[in-house]
Amino acid sequence: MNTFLLGAALFLLINLAAGMVRVYLGPTTADRLLTLLLFGTTTVATLLLLAYSQASAVLVKVALLFVMLAAIASVAFVRFPHETVQKTDDGRGDHD
Amino acid sequence: MLTDWWTIALVTVGCAFFLAGTVGLLRFPDVHTRLHALTKADNVGLGLICLGLMIHDGTLPGILRLGFIWILAIFAATVSAFLIARWHESAGTED
Repeated sequence: MNTFLLGAALFLLINLAAGMVRVYLGPTTADRLLTLLLFGTTTVATLLLLAYSQASAVLVKVALLFVMLAAIASVAFVRFPHETVQKTDDGRGDHD
Repeated sequence: MLTDWWTIALVTVGCAFFLAGTVGLLRFPDVHTRLHALTKADNVGLGLICLGLMIHDGTLPGILRLGFIWILAIFAATVSAFLIARWHESAGTED
């Protein structure tokens, strides 16, 4: 059972690596932001699988923390102005 | 022994949903469709994996913790997807 959980975790990591192609190909910045969602769920699932295959319960708490960080990180990323932002004369982006 | 089969089945289907999410991420033409695929498929995958691990775990605090992680992941994905979509939309038309 533990080896099966480890295999599933490995599969998820390979899945994550495949998702990185979108970062390379992604035409717009929003595509590159998608990997934030991908990391959010895939890493949490991998941590949970490792927690139960290695019988170390602390990893479940790490996964919980990671979910919160993923949410906050996406909010932080969205605050960035776009690359096509027209700087106003005092240098602030159009978002502020 | 029966519970082990349930865990294996649920985790396998969960991984299949993750695969569907990644394929959707790579194959879909537009940002919004990719967002849609990624958010929905990955969360269902995470939910199934959590369910499988709940059965494997069996203790009440463990089950509650896994359920809480899944619900929090759904909220996180929903907020992120909405923000990214709106941010992408506002790129074209400067508001």
